[in-house]
Amino acid sequence: MSERINIQKTYKLYIGGKFPRTESGRYIKWADKKNSTVVNICRGSRKDFRNAMVSARGAVSGWSSRTAYNRAQILYRVGEMLEGRRDQFMAELTLQGLSKKQAEKEINQSIDRLIYYAGWADKFQQIFSRVNPVSLPYFNFTSTEATGVVAAIAPDDSSLLGLVSIIAPVIAGGNSIVIMASESFPLCSISFGEVLYTSDVPGGVINILTGYRSELIDHFSSHMDVNAIIYCGDNEDDKKLVEMNAALNVKHVIQFPVQDWAKDQHQSPYHILKCQETKTTWHPIGV
Amino acid sequence: MALEIQQYTHLIDQVNAQERVARLFSRSIKKESKMQALHLALSMIDLTTLEGKDSEGKVKQLCYKASHLHDKYPGLPNVAAICVYPNMVPIAKKSLDGTGINVASVATAFPSGMADIKAKLEEVKSVVDAGADEVDMVISRGKFLSGNYGYVSDEISQVKEACGKAHLKVILETGELVTLDNVRLASDIAMEAGADFIKTSTGKISPAATPPVVLTMLEAVRDFQTKTGKKIGMKPAGGIGTAKQAIQYLVMIKETLGSEWLSPDLFRFGASSLANDILMQIMKQTTGQYQSKDYFSID
Repeated sequence: MSERINIQKTYKLYIGGKFPRTESGRYIKWADKKNSTVVNICRGSRKDFRNAMVSARGAVSGWSSRTAYNRAQILYRVGEMLEGRRDQFMAELTLQGLSKKQAEKEINQSIDRLIYYAGWADKFQQIFSRVNPVSLPYFNFTSTEATGVVAAIAPDDSSLLGLVSIIAPVIAGGNSIVIMASESFPLCSISFGEVLYTSDVPGGVINILTGYRSELIDHFSSHMDVNAIIYCGDNEDDKKLVEMNAALNVKHVIQFPVQDWAKDQHQSPYHILKCQETKTTWHPIGV
Repeated sequence: MALEIQQYTHLIDQVNAQERVARLFSRSIKKESKMQALHLALSMIDLTTLEGKDSEGKVKQLCYKASHLHDKYPGLPNVAAICVYPNMVPIAKKSLDGTGINVASVATAFPSGMADIKAKLEEVKSVVDAGADEVDMVISRGKFLSGNYGYVSDEISQVKEACGKAHLKVILETGELVTLDNVRLASDIAMEAGADFIKTSTGKISPAATPPVVLTMLEAVRDFQTKTGKKIGMKPAGGIGTAKQAIQYLVMIKETLGSEWLSPDLFRFGASSLANDILMQIMKQTTGQYQSKDYFSID
Protein backbone atom coordinates (compact mmCIF):
# COMPACT_ATOMS: atom_id res chain seq x y z
CA MET A 1 0.00 0.00 0.00
CA SER A 2 1.28 3.46 -0.83
CA GLU A 3 2.11 5.89 1.95
CA ARG A 4 -0.84 7.87 3.25
CA ILE A 5 -0.92 11.61 2.62
CA ASN A 6 -2.26 13.78 5.42
CA ILE A 7 -5.33 15.83 4.61
CA GLN A 8 -4.68 19.48 5.39
CA LYS A 9 -7.35 21.88 6.50
CA THR A 10 -8.40 24.66 4.14
CA TYR A 11 -8.55 27.87 6.15
CA LYS A 12 -11.64 29.75 5.08
CA LEU A 13 -13.67 32.60 6.56
CA TYR A 14 -16.47 32.33 9.12
CA ILE A 15 -19.52 34.35 8.03
CA GLY A 16 -23.13 33.83 9.02
CA GLY A 17 -22.47 30.44 10.60
CA LYS A 18 -20.85 29.14 7.43
CA PHE A 19 -17.28 28.75 6.22
CA PRO A 20 -17.11 30.40 2.80
CA ARG A 21 -13.90 31.08 0.90
CA THR A 22 -13.23 34.75 0.22
CA GLU A 23 -15.39 35.92 -2.67
CA SER A 24 -12.30 37.60 -4.11
CA GLY A 25 -10.50 34.30 -4.59
CA ARG A 26 -7.33 35.85 -3.16
CA TYR A 27 -5.00 34.16 -0.71
CA ILE A 28 -2.10 35.11 1.51
CA LYS A 29 0.68 32.61 1.90
CA TRP A 30 1.40 32.10 5.58
CA ALA A 31 4.44 30.08 6.61
CA ASP A 32 5.88 29.18 9.99
CA LYS A 33 9.37 30.30 10.91
CA LYS A 34 11.07 27.17 9.63
CA ASN A 35 9.03 27.37 6.43
CA SER A 36 8.10 23.74 7.02
CA THR A 37 4.36 24.41 6.97
CA VAL A 38 2.72 26.70 4.47
CA VAL A 39 -0.93 27.66 4.77
CA ASN A 40 -3.11 29.62 2.39
CA ILE A 41 -5.09 32.17 4.37
CA CYS A 42 -8.08 33.89 2.80
CA ARG A 43 -7.38 37.50 1.94
CA GLY A 44 -10.79 38.87 2.88
CA SER A 45 -12.20 41.63 0.70
CA ARG A 46 -14.57 44.51 1.30
CA LYS A 47 -17.34 42.37 -0.15
CA ASP A 48 -16.63 39.64 2.38
CA PHE A 49 -16.93 42.33 5.03
CA ARG A 50 -20.17 43.57 3.51
CA ASN A 51 -21.60 40.04 3.53
CA ALA A 52 -20.49 39.57 7.12
CA MET A 53 -22.22 42.83 8.05
CA VAL A 54 -25.47 41.65 6.50
CA SER A 55 -25.23 38.45 8.59
CA ALA A 56 -24.34 40.37 11.73
CA ARG A 57 -27.22 42.83 11.29
CA GLY A 58 -29.61 39.97 10.69
CA ALA A 59 -28.48 38.15 13.82
CA VAL A 60 -28.38 41.00 16.30
CA SER A 61 -32.07 41.32 17.13
CA GLY A 62 -32.45 37.62 17.87
CA TRP A 63 -29.27 37.50 19.93
CA SER A 64 -29.96 40.63 21.95
CA SER A 65 -33.50 39.50 22.76
CA ARG A 66 -32.39 36.16 24.16
CA THR A 67 -32.37 36.00 27.91
CA ALA A 68 -29.14 37.08 29.51
CA TYR A 69 -29.01 33.68 31.18
CA ASN A 70 -29.14 31.92 27.82
CA ARG A 71 -26.30 34.05 26.48
CA ALA A 72 -24.32 33.07 29.57
CA GLN A 73 -25.01 29.40 28.90
CA ILE A 74 -23.86 29.70 25.30
CA LEU A 75 -20.66 31.52 26.24
CA TYR A 76 -19.95 28.79 28.77
CA ARG A 77 -20.55 26.26 26.03
CA VAL A 78 -17.96 27.99 23.82
CA GLY A 79 -15.52 27.53 26.67
CA GLU A 80 -16.41 23.83 26.89
CA MET A 81 -15.89 23.34 23.19
CA LEU A 82 -12.55 25.13 23.25
CA GLU A 83 -11.44 22.85 26.08
CA GLY A 84 -12.30 19.84 23.92
CA ARG A 85 -10.18 21.07 21.04
CA ARG A 86 -7.11 21.82 23.09
CA ASP A 87 -4.78 19.68 20.95
CA GLN A 88 -5.68 21.44 17.75
CA PHE A 89 -5.02 24.86 19.24
CA MET A 90 -1.80 23.60 20.82
CA ALA A 91 -0.58 22.56 17.40
CA GLU A 92 -1.54 25.86 15.79
CA LEU A 93 -0.11 28.04 18.54
CA THR A 94 3.22 26.21 18.54
CA LEU A 95 3.34 26.39 14.78
CA GLN A 96 2.91 30.15 15.13
CA GLY A 97 5.98 30.31 17.33
CA LEU A 98 4.88 29.79 20.93
CA SER A 99 6.55 27.25 23.16
CA LYS A 100 4.40 24.40 24.40
CA LYS A 101 4.22 26.00 27.81
CA GLN A 102 3.21 29.40 26.41
CA ALA A 103 0.62 27.77 24.15
CA GLU A 104 -0.91 25.88 27.03
CA LYS A 105 -1.12 29.07 29.06
CA GLU A 106 -2.77 30.94 26.19
CA ILE A 107 -5.40 28.22 25.74
CA ASN A 108 -6.10 28.03 29.46
CA GLN A 109 -6.51 31.76 29.69
CA SER A 110 -8.75 31.89 26.62
CA ILE A 111 -11.06 29.29 28.11
CA ASP A 112 -11.04 31.03 31.48
CA ARG A 113 -11.84 34.33 29.81
CA LEU A 114 -14.87 32.85 28.10
CA ILE A 115 -16.06 31.44 31.42
CA TYR A 116 -15.39 34.80 33.07
CA TYR A 117 -17.64 36.64 30.62
CA ALA A 118 -20.20 33.82 30.71
CA GLY A 119 -20.46 34.58 34.39
CA TRP A 120 -20.92 38.29 33.81
CA ALA A 121 -23.41 37.89 30.95
CA ASP A 122 -26.44 37.80 33.25
CA LYS A 123 -25.03 40.05 35.96
CA PHE A 124 -23.61 43.18 34.38
CA GLN A 125 -27.05 44.70 33.78
CA GLN A 126 -27.76 44.69 37.51
CA ILE A 127 -24.47 46.43 38.23
CA PHE A 128 -24.73 49.05 35.50
CA SER A 129 -28.44 49.82 35.69
CA ARG A 130 -29.70 52.19 38.35
CA VAL A 131 -32.51 54.20 39.81
CA ASN A 132 -31.83 57.92 39.57
CA PRO A 133 -32.94 60.41 42.22
CA VAL A 134 -35.12 63.11 40.68
CA SER A 135 -37.10 65.82 42.42
CA LEU A 136 -40.20 65.39 40.30
CA PRO A 137 -43.04 62.89 40.54
CA TYR A 138 -41.27 60.39 38.33
CA PHE A 139 -39.70 57.03 38.85
CA ASN A 140 -36.49 57.48 36.92
CA PHE A 141 -34.33 54.54 35.99
CA THR A 142 -31.50 53.72 33.63
CA SER A 143 -30.79 50.37 32.04
CA THR A 144 -28.31 49.00 29.52
CA GLU A 145 -29.02 47.76 26.02
CA ALA A 146 -26.82 46.22 23.33
CA THR A 147 -25.30 48.77 20.98
CA GLY A 148 -25.90 46.63 17.89
CA VAL A 149 -23.32 45.52 15.36
CA VAL A 150 -19.69 45.88 16.40
CA ALA A 151 -16.81 45.81 13.93
CA ALA A 152 -13.44 44.96 15.43
CA ILE A 153 -9.81 44.82 14.42
CA ALA A 154 -8.36 42.15 16.71
CA PRO A 155 -4.97 42.39 18.43
CA ASP A 156 -2.28 41.42 15.99
CA ASP A 157 0.18 39.89 18.42
CA SER A 158 -2.15 37.39 20.06
CA SER A 159 -3.67 34.69 17.90
CA LEU A 160 -6.28 33.28 20.27
CA LEU A 161 -6.41 35.12 23.57
CA GLY A 162 -6.58 38.55 21.94
CA LEU A 163 -9.41 37.41 19.68
CA VAL A 164 -11.37 35.87 22.55
CA SER A 165 -10.80 38.89 24.80
CA ILE A 166 -12.43 41.15 22.22
CA ILE A 167 -15.28 38.85 21.16
CA ALA A 168 -16.46 37.61 24.56
CA PRO A 169 -17.49 40.91 26.20
CA VAL A 170 -19.10 42.15 22.99
CA ILE A 171 -21.40 39.17 22.60
CA ALA A 172 -21.99 38.80 26.34
CA GLY A 173 -23.66 42.20 26.03
CA GLY A 174 -26.01 41.03 23.27
CA ASN A 175 -24.20 42.57 20.30
CA SER A 176 -23.12 40.84 17.13
CA ILE A 177 -19.58 41.23 15.84
CA VAL A 178 -17.54 41.18 12.66
CA ILE A 179 -13.89 40.75 13.61
CA MET A 180 -10.74 40.96 11.58
CA ALA A 181 -8.37 38.35 12.96
CA SER A 182 -4.67 38.81 13.64
CA GLU A 183 -2.82 39.34 10.40
CA SER A 184 0.48 37.97 11.67
CA PHE A 185 -0.97 34.92 13.47
CA PRO A 186 -4.22 34.06 11.73
CA LEU A 187 -4.43 30.29 12.22
CA CYS A 188 -6.38 30.10 15.49
CA SER A 189 -9.11 32.48 14.36
CA ILE A 190 -10.76 30.20 11.85
CA SER A 191 -10.35 27.19 14.13
CA PHE A 192 -12.10 29.28 16.77
CA GLY A 193 -14.90 29.68 14.20
CA GLU A 194 -15.19 25.89 14.24
CA VAL A 195 -15.52 26.02 18.02
CA LEU A 196 -18.30 28.60 17.69
CA TYR A 197 -20.00 26.53 15.04
CA THR A 198 -20.39 23.66 17.49
CA SER A 199 -21.43 25.70 20.49
CA ASP A 200 -24.95 27.05 19.90
CA VAL A 201 -23.83 30.56 19.01
CA PRO A 202 -26.38 31.47 16.32
CA GLY A 203 -24.90 32.00 12.86
CA GLY A 204 -24.11 35.64 12.18
CA VAL A 205 -23.57 36.66 15.81
CA ILE A 206 -19.81 36.22 15.39
CA ASN A 207 -18.17 36.61 11.99
CA ILE A 208 -14.44 36.21 11.50
CA LEU A 209 -12.43 37.52 8.57
CA THR A 210 -8.75 37.13 7.78
CA GLY A 211 -6.58 39.26 5.51
CA TYR A 212 -4.74 42.56 5.52
CA ARG A 213 -6.00 45.03 8.08
CA SER A 214 -4.61 47.95 6.06
CA GLU A 215 -6.93 46.94 3.23
CA LEU A 216 -10.10 46.64 5.28
CA ILE A 217 -9.75 49.12 8.11
CA ASP A 218 -11.26 51.91 6.01
CA HIS A 219 -14.36 49.83 5.26
CA PHE A 220 -14.65 48.56 8.83
CA SER A 221 -14.74 52.08 10.17
CA SER A 222 -16.78 53.78 7.45
CA HIS A 223 -19.64 51.26 7.03
CA MET A 224 -22.78 53.12 8.05
CA ASP A 225 -24.39 50.04 9.58
CA VAL A 226 -21.61 49.55 12.13
CA ASN A 227 -22.62 50.89 15.55
CA ALA A 228 -19.28 50.56 17.33
CA ILE A 229 -15.73 50.01 16.18
CA ILE A 230 -12.96 48.41 18.21
CA TYR A 231 -9.40 49.00 17.13
CA CYS A 232 -6.49 47.16 18.70
CA GLY A 233 -3.05 48.47 17.84
CA ASP A 234 -0.64 51.37 18.01
CA ASN A 235 -0.57 52.61 14.42
CA GLU A 236 -1.30 56.34 14.69
CA ASP A 237 -2.53 56.66 11.10
CA ASP A 238 -4.97 53.80 11.59
CA LYS A 239 -6.23 55.25 14.84
CA LYS A 240 -6.84 58.60 13.20
CA LEU A 241 -8.60 57.00 10.22
CA VAL A 242 -10.88 55.06 12.54
CA GLU A 243 -11.79 58.20 14.48
CA MET A 244 -12.46 60.19 11.32
CA ASN A 245 -14.57 57.52 9.67
CA ALA A 246 -16.48 56.82 12.86
CA ALA A 247 -17.71 60.41 12.80
CA LEU A 248 -19.75 59.64 9.66
CA ASN A 249 -22.49 57.98 11.68
CA VAL A 250 -21.20 58.62 15.20
CA LYS A 251 -19.98 55.12 15.93
CA HIS A 252 -18.61 54.36 19.35
CA VAL A 253 -14.84 54.13 19.06
CA ILE A 254 -13.03 51.80 21.42
CA GLN A 255 -9.28 51.56 21.13
CA PHE A 256 -6.88 49.20 22.87
CA PRO A 257 -3.12 49.71 22.70
CA VAL A 258 -0.78 46.80 22.14
CA GLN A 259 -0.90 45.12 25.55
CA ASP A 260 -0.39 41.80 27.24
CA TRP A 261 -3.90 40.36 27.12
CA ALA A 262 -2.88 37.68 29.59
CA LYS A 263 -3.03 40.16 32.46
CA ASP A 264 -6.08 39.98 34.67
CA GLN A 265 -6.73 43.69 34.35
CA HIS A 266 -7.74 43.12 30.72
CA GLN A 267 -10.84 41.26 31.68
CA SER A 268 -13.52 43.36 33.25
CA PRO A 269 -17.28 43.94 33.20
CA TYR A 270 -16.40 47.46 32.07
CA HIS A 271 -15.38 45.93 28.75
CA ILE A 272 -18.98 44.77 28.36
CA LEU A 273 -20.21 48.26 29.19
CA LYS A 274 -18.13 49.71 26.34
CA CYS A 275 -20.58 48.25 23.82
CA GLN A 276 -23.77 49.11 25.66
CA GLU A 277 -26.22 51.95 25.29
CA THR A 278 -27.90 53.37 28.35
CA LYS A 279 -31.60 54.02 28.27
CA THR A 280 -33.19 56.28 30.85
CA THR A 281 -36.92 56.08 31.45
CA TRP A 282 -39.07 58.69 33.18
CA HIS A 283 -42.12 56.93 34.54
CA PRO A 284 -44.83 59.15 36.10
CA ILE A 285 -45.88 58.28 39.63
CA GLY A 286 -48.71 59.46 41.80
CA VAL A 287 -51.09 60.32 38.94
CA MET B 1 -65.79 34.16 -25.71
CA ALA B 2 -64.46 30.73 -24.84
CA LEU B 3 -61.06 30.19 -26.35
CA GLU B 4 -60.05 26.78 -27.47
CA ILE B 5 -56.82 26.34 -25.60
CA GLN B 6 -54.66 23.54 -26.73
CA GLN B 7 -53.00 22.13 -23.68
CA TYR B 8 -49.24 22.44 -23.34
CA THR B 9 -48.29 23.71 -26.75
CA HIS B 10 -44.94 24.64 -25.27
CA LEU B 11 -43.15 22.25 -23.01
CA ILE B 12 -40.45 23.86 -20.92
CA ASP B 13 -37.07 22.26 -20.50
CA GLN B 14 -36.55 22.84 -16.80
CA VAL B 15 -32.84 22.04 -16.74
CA ASN B 16 -32.23 24.34 -19.64
CA ALA B 17 -34.24 27.13 -18.02
CA GLN B 18 -32.20 26.85 -14.84
CA GLU B 19 -28.91 26.84 -16.70
CA ARG B 20 -29.88 29.81 -18.81
CA VAL B 21 -30.88 31.73 -15.71
CA ALA B 22 -27.59 30.86 -14.00
CA ARG B 23 -25.65 32.09 -17.01
CA LEU B 24 -27.60 35.35 -17.30
CA PHE B 25 -27.30 36.00 -13.57
CA SER B 26 -23.55 35.60 -13.57
CA ARG B 27 -23.18 38.73 -15.65
CA SER B 28 -21.48 41.58 -13.85
CA ILE B 29 -22.91 45.08 -14.15
CA LYS B 30 -20.63 47.78 -12.74
CA LYS B 31 -20.14 51.51 -12.30
CA GLU B 32 -22.16 53.75 -14.68
CA SER B 33 -24.16 50.86 -16.09
CA LYS B 34 -24.99 49.78 -12.55
CA MET B 35 -26.14 53.28 -11.60
CA GLN B 36 -28.28 53.43 -14.71
CA ALA B 37 -29.77 50.04 -13.95
CA LEU B 38 -30.51 51.05 -10.36
CA HIS B 39 -32.31 54.22 -11.45
CA LEU B 40 -34.27 52.26 -14.03
CA ALA B 41 -35.23 49.60 -11.50
CA LEU B 42 -36.51 52.30 -9.11
CA SER B 43 -38.76 53.70 -11.81
CA MET B 44 -40.19 50.20 -12.38
CA ILE B 45 -41.25 49.51 -8.82
CA ASP B 46 -44.86 49.00 -7.84
CA LEU B 47 -44.41 50.03 -4.22
CA THR B 48 -46.65 47.59 -2.47
CA THR B 49 -48.42 47.20 0.83
CA LEU B 50 -50.84 44.30 1.05
CA GLU B 51 -51.27 43.53 4.72
CA GLY B 52 -54.41 42.96 6.71
CA LYS B 53 -53.11 45.58 9.14
CA ASP B 54 -52.68 48.32 6.51
CA SER B 55 -53.98 51.65 7.76
CA GLU B 56 -54.71 55.00 6.21
CA GLY B 57 -51.51 56.36 7.70
CA LYS B 58 -49.42 53.53 6.30
CA VAL B 59 -50.80 54.06 2.79
CA LYS B 60 -50.31 57.83 2.98
CA GLN B 61 -46.74 57.35 4.13
CA LEU B 62 -46.07 54.92 1.29
CA CYS B 63 -47.58 57.36 -1.23
CA TYR B 64 -45.31 60.10 0.09
CA LYS B 65 -42.36 57.81 -0.25
CA ALA B 66 -43.32 56.99 -3.84
CA SER B 67 -42.48 60.49 -4.97
CA HIS B 68 -39.82 61.31 -2.36
CA LEU B 69 -37.64 58.23 -2.41
CA HIS B 70 -34.62 59.83 -0.80
CA ASP B 71 -34.69 63.61 -0.78
CA LYS B 72 -31.04 63.79 0.25
CA TYR B 73 -30.15 62.59 -3.22
CA PRO B 74 -31.76 64.71 -5.92
CA GLY B 75 -32.61 63.44 -9.38
CA LEU B 76 -34.14 60.14 -8.40
CA PRO B 77 -37.14 58.95 -10.41
CA ASN B 78 -40.53 58.25 -8.87
CA VAL B 79 -41.72 54.68 -8.61
CA ALA B 80 -44.20 53.54 -11.25
CA ALA B 81 -47.17 52.83 -9.05
CA ILE B 82 -48.50 52.18 -5.58
CA CYS B 83 -50.18 48.82 -5.11
CA VAL B 84 -52.81 48.54 -2.37
CA TYR B 85 -55.98 46.74 -1.32
CA PRO B 86 -59.28 48.02 -2.81
CA ASN B 87 -60.46 49.98 0.24
CA MET B 88 -57.21 51.97 0.21
CA VAL B 89 -57.58 53.12 -3.42
CA PRO B 90 -59.34 56.46 -2.65
CA ILE B 91 -56.71 57.35 -0.05
CA ALA B 92 -53.86 56.48 -2.41
CA LYS B 93 -55.50 58.31 -5.29
CA LYS B 94 -55.83 61.46 -3.23
CA SER B 95 -52.33 61.26 -1.82
CA LEU B 96 -50.76 60.76 -5.26
CA ASP B 97 -52.70 63.55 -6.94
CA GLY B 98 -50.46 65.45 -9.33
CA THR B 99 -47.45 63.13 -9.01
CA GLY B 100 -48.14 61.11 -12.16
CA ILE B 101 -47.78 57.91 -10.13
CA ASN B 102 -50.37 55.27 -10.85
CA VAL B 103 -52.58 53.60 -8.32
CA ALA B 104 -52.81 49.85 -8.71
CA SER B 105 -55.30 47.82 -6.75
CA VAL B 106 -55.52 44.11 -6.26
CA ALA B 107 -58.99 42.76 -6.92
CA THR B 108 -60.96 39.56 -7.61
CA ALA B 109 -60.82 38.23 -4.06
CA PHE B 110 -57.06 38.65 -3.76
CA PRO B 111 -55.04 36.62 -2.83
CA SER B 112 -57.06 33.39 -3.06
CA GLY B 113 -59.44 34.29 -5.86
CA MET B 114 -62.05 32.14 -4.15
CA ALA B 115 -65.21 34.08 -4.92
CA ASP B 116 -67.84 33.85 -7.60
CA ILE B 117 -67.38 35.76 -10.81
CA LYS B 118 -70.13 38.24 -10.03
CA ALA B 119 -68.49 39.39 -6.83
CA LYS B 120 -65.14 39.61 -8.58
CA LEU B 121 -66.47 41.78 -11.39
CA GLU B 122 -68.19 44.08 -8.94
CA GLU B 123 -64.97 44.47 -7.01
CA VAL B 124 -63.08 45.31 -10.19
CA LYS B 125 -65.66 47.90 -11.24
CA SER B 126 -65.65 49.49 -7.84
CA VAL B 127 -61.85 49.90 -7.71
CA VAL B 128 -61.83 51.34 -11.22
CA ASP B 129 -64.61 53.75 -10.22
CA ALA B 130 -62.58 54.70 -7.16
CA GLY B 131 -59.78 55.73 -9.49
CA ALA B 132 -57.44 52.74 -9.81
CA ASP B 133 -55.30 53.04 -12.93
CA GLU B 134 -54.24 49.42 -12.80
CA VAL B 135 -55.97 46.29 -11.59
CA ASP B 136 -54.06 43.23 -10.37
CA MET B 137 -56.33 40.17 -10.60
CA VAL B 138 -55.63 36.59 -9.52
CA ILE B 139 -56.55 33.61 -11.70
CA SER B 140 -58.59 30.73 -10.31
CA ARG B 141 -55.79 28.28 -9.68
CA GLY B 142 -58.16 25.52 -8.59
CA LYS B 143 -59.98 25.67 -11.92
CA PHE B 144 -56.71 25.84 -13.80
CA LEU B 145 -55.19 22.84 -12.05
CA SER B 146 -58.34 20.79 -12.60
CA GLY B 147 -58.00 21.48 -16.33
CA ASN B 148 -60.88 23.94 -16.69
CA TYR B 149 -58.86 26.32 -18.86
CA GLY B 150 -61.96 27.71 -20.56
CA TYR B 151 -63.20 29.01 -17.20
CA VAL B 152 -59.90 30.69 -16.43
CA SER B 153 -59.80 32.30 -19.85
CA ASP B 154 -63.42 33.51 -19.70
CA GLU B 155 -62.87 34.96 -16.26
CA ILE B 156 -59.88 36.99 -17.42
CA SER B 157 -61.77 38.31 -20.46
CA GLN B 158 -64.68 39.40 -18.30
CA VAL B 159 -62.42 41.11 -15.80
CA LYS B 160 -60.63 42.83 -18.67
CA GLU B 161 -63.95 44.13 -19.89
CA ALA B 162 -64.86 45.33 -16.40
CA CYS B 163 -61.52 47.17 -16.18
CA GLY B 164 -62.43 49.56 -18.96
CA LYS B 165 -59.48 51.89 -19.41
CA ALA B 166 -57.55 50.53 -16.45
CA HIS B 167 -54.62 48.28 -17.17
CA LEU B 168 -55.07 44.65 -16.24
CA LYS B 169 -52.31 42.64 -14.62
CA VAL B 170 -53.02 38.95 -14.31
CA ILE B 171 -51.43 37.18 -11.36
CA LEU B 172 -50.73 33.54 -12.13
CA GLU B 173 -49.59 32.67 -8.59
CA THR B 174 -46.90 30.44 -10.01
CA GLY B 175 -46.06 28.99 -6.60
CA GLU B 176 -49.31 27.05 -6.83
CA LEU B 177 -48.96 26.04 -10.47
CA VAL B 178 -46.18 23.58 -9.60
CA THR B 179 -44.56 23.10 -13.02
CA LEU B 180 -43.01 25.42 -15.58
CA ASP B 181 -45.26 23.84 -18.23
CA ASN B 182 -48.25 25.09 -16.26
CA VAL B 183 -46.68 28.53 -15.92
CA ARG B 184 -46.26 28.72 -19.68
CA LEU B 185 -49.78 27.55 -20.34
CA ALA B 186 -51.29 29.99 -17.83
CA SER B 187 -49.25 32.83 -19.36
CA ASP B 188 -50.55 31.97 -22.82
CA ILE B 189 -54.13 31.79 -21.58
CA ALA B 190 -53.84 35.14 -19.78
CA MET B 191 -52.35 36.93 -22.77
CA GLU B 192 -54.88 35.45 -25.20
CA ALA B 193 -57.69 36.52 -22.88
CA GLY B 194 -56.58 40.16 -22.81
CA ALA B 195 -54.04 40.70 -20.03
CA ASP B 196 -51.95 43.87 -20.37
CA PHE B 197 -49.41 42.49 -17.92
CA ILE B 198 -48.73 39.03 -16.57
CA LYS B 199 -47.53 38.83 -13.00
CA THR B 200 -45.90 35.96 -11.15
CA SER B 201 -47.28 36.01 -7.65
CA THR B 202 -49.38 37.51 -4.93
CA GLY B 203 -46.46 37.54 -2.51
CA LYS B 204 -48.54 35.47 -0.09
CA ILE B 205 -47.34 32.07 -1.28
CA SER B 206 -43.83 30.67 -1.26
CA PRO B 207 -42.09 30.23 -3.66
CA ALA B 208 -42.98 33.53 -5.30
CA ALA B 209 -41.06 34.91 -8.27
CA THR B 210 -38.27 32.44 -8.98
CA PRO B 211 -35.87 33.13 -11.86
CA PRO B 212 -36.85 30.11 -14.02
CA VAL B 213 -40.53 31.06 -13.68
CA VAL B 214 -39.82 34.63 -14.74
CA LEU B 215 -37.77 33.42 -17.69
CA THR B 216 -40.57 31.09 -18.77
CA MET B 217 -43.08 33.94 -18.63
CA LEU B 218 -40.78 36.30 -20.53
CA GLU B 219 -40.39 33.70 -23.26
CA ALA B 220 -44.17 33.39 -23.43
CA VAL B 221 -44.39 37.18 -23.84
CA ARG B 222 -41.79 37.05 -26.61
CA ASP B 223 -43.61 34.28 -28.49
CA PHE B 224 -46.93 36.10 -28.10
CA GLN B 225 -45.43 39.22 -29.65
CA THR B 226 -44.01 37.21 -32.56
CA LYS B 227 -47.43 35.64 -33.10
CA THR B 228 -49.70 38.66 -32.67
CA GLY B 229 -47.50 41.75 -32.67
CA LYS B 230 -48.84 42.76 -29.25
CA LYS B 231 -46.50 43.78 -26.46
CA ILE B 232 -47.50 42.39 -23.11
CA GLY B 233 -45.89 43.60 -19.89
CA MET B 234 -44.33 41.49 -17.17
CA LYS B 235 -44.28 41.89 -13.40
CA PRO B 236 -42.35 39.59 -11.11
CA ALA B 237 -43.50 40.02 -7.52
CA GLY B 238 -42.65 38.53 -4.16
CA GLY B 239 -39.20 37.71 -2.86
CA ILE B 240 -37.38 40.43 -4.80
CA GLY B 241 -35.74 42.41 -2.05
CA THR B 242 -32.25 43.27 -3.23
CA ALA B 243 -30.76 45.57 -5.84
CA LYS B 244 -28.66 42.69 -7.06
CA GLN B 245 -31.73 40.59 -7.86
CA ALA B 246 -33.36 43.54 -9.61
CA ILE B 247 -30.35 44.03 -11.87
CA GLN B 248 -30.26 40.32 -12.63
CA TYR B 249 -33.87 40.51 -13.78
CA LEU B 250 -33.09 43.53 -15.95
CA VAL B 251 -30.38 41.48 -17.66
CA MET B 252 -32.88 38.70 -18.17
CA ILE B 253 -35.47 40.99 -19.82
CA LYS B 254 -32.90 42.64 -22.04
CA GLU B 255 -31.64 39.26 -23.24
CA THR B 256 -35.09 37.74 -23.69
CA LEU B 257 -37.23 40.61 -24.95
CA GLY B 258 -34.83 43.38 -25.91
CA SER B 259 -34.39 46.99 -24.80
CA GLU B 260 -37.97 47.93 -25.55
CA TRP B 261 -39.10 46.12 -22.42
CA LEU B 262 -36.65 48.05 -20.25
CA SER B 263 -39.38 50.53 -19.41
CA PRO B 264 -41.97 50.90 -16.65
CA ASP B 265 -44.62 50.62 -19.37
CA LEU B 266 -43.70 47.01 -19.95
CA PHE B 267 -41.89 45.84 -16.86
CA ARG B 268 -42.55 46.24 -13.15
CA PHE B 269 -41.25 44.91 -9.88
CA GLY B 270 -43.85 44.17 -7.24
CA ALA B 271 -41.96 44.85 -4.04
CA SER B 272 -41.92 46.62 -0.72
CA SER B 273 -38.36 46.44 0.59
CA LEU B 274 -36.62 46.58 -2.81
CA ALA B 275 -36.73 50.38 -3.08
CA ASN B 276 -34.65 50.90 0.07
CA ASP B 277 -32.07 48.35 -0.96
CA ILE B 278 -31.65 50.06 -4.32
CA LEU B 279 -31.40 53.45 -2.61
CA MET B 280 -28.70 52.09 -0.32
CA GLN B 281 -26.80 50.83 -3.34
CA ILE B 282 -27.09 54.18 -5.10
CA MET B 283 -25.78 55.96 -2.02
CA LYS B 284 -22.96 53.44 -1.73
CA GLN B 285 -21.96 54.11 -5.33
CA THR B 286 -22.12 57.84 -4.69
CA THR B 287 -20.44 58.16 -1.31
CA GLY B 288 -18.25 55.06 -1.30
CA GLN B 289 -19.59 53.99 2.07
CA TYR B 290 -21.80 51.02 2.74
CA GLN B 291 -25.14 52.23 3.99
CA SER B 292 -27.47 51.42 6.85
CA LYS B 293 -31.26 51.10 6.85
CA ASP B 294 -31.23 53.55 9.76
CA TYR B 295 -30.81 56.43 7.33
CA PHE B 296 -33.65 55.62 4.93
CA SER B 297 -37.37 55.98 5.39
CA ILE B 298 -39.25 52.96 6.67
CA ASP B 299 -40.93 50.95 3.91
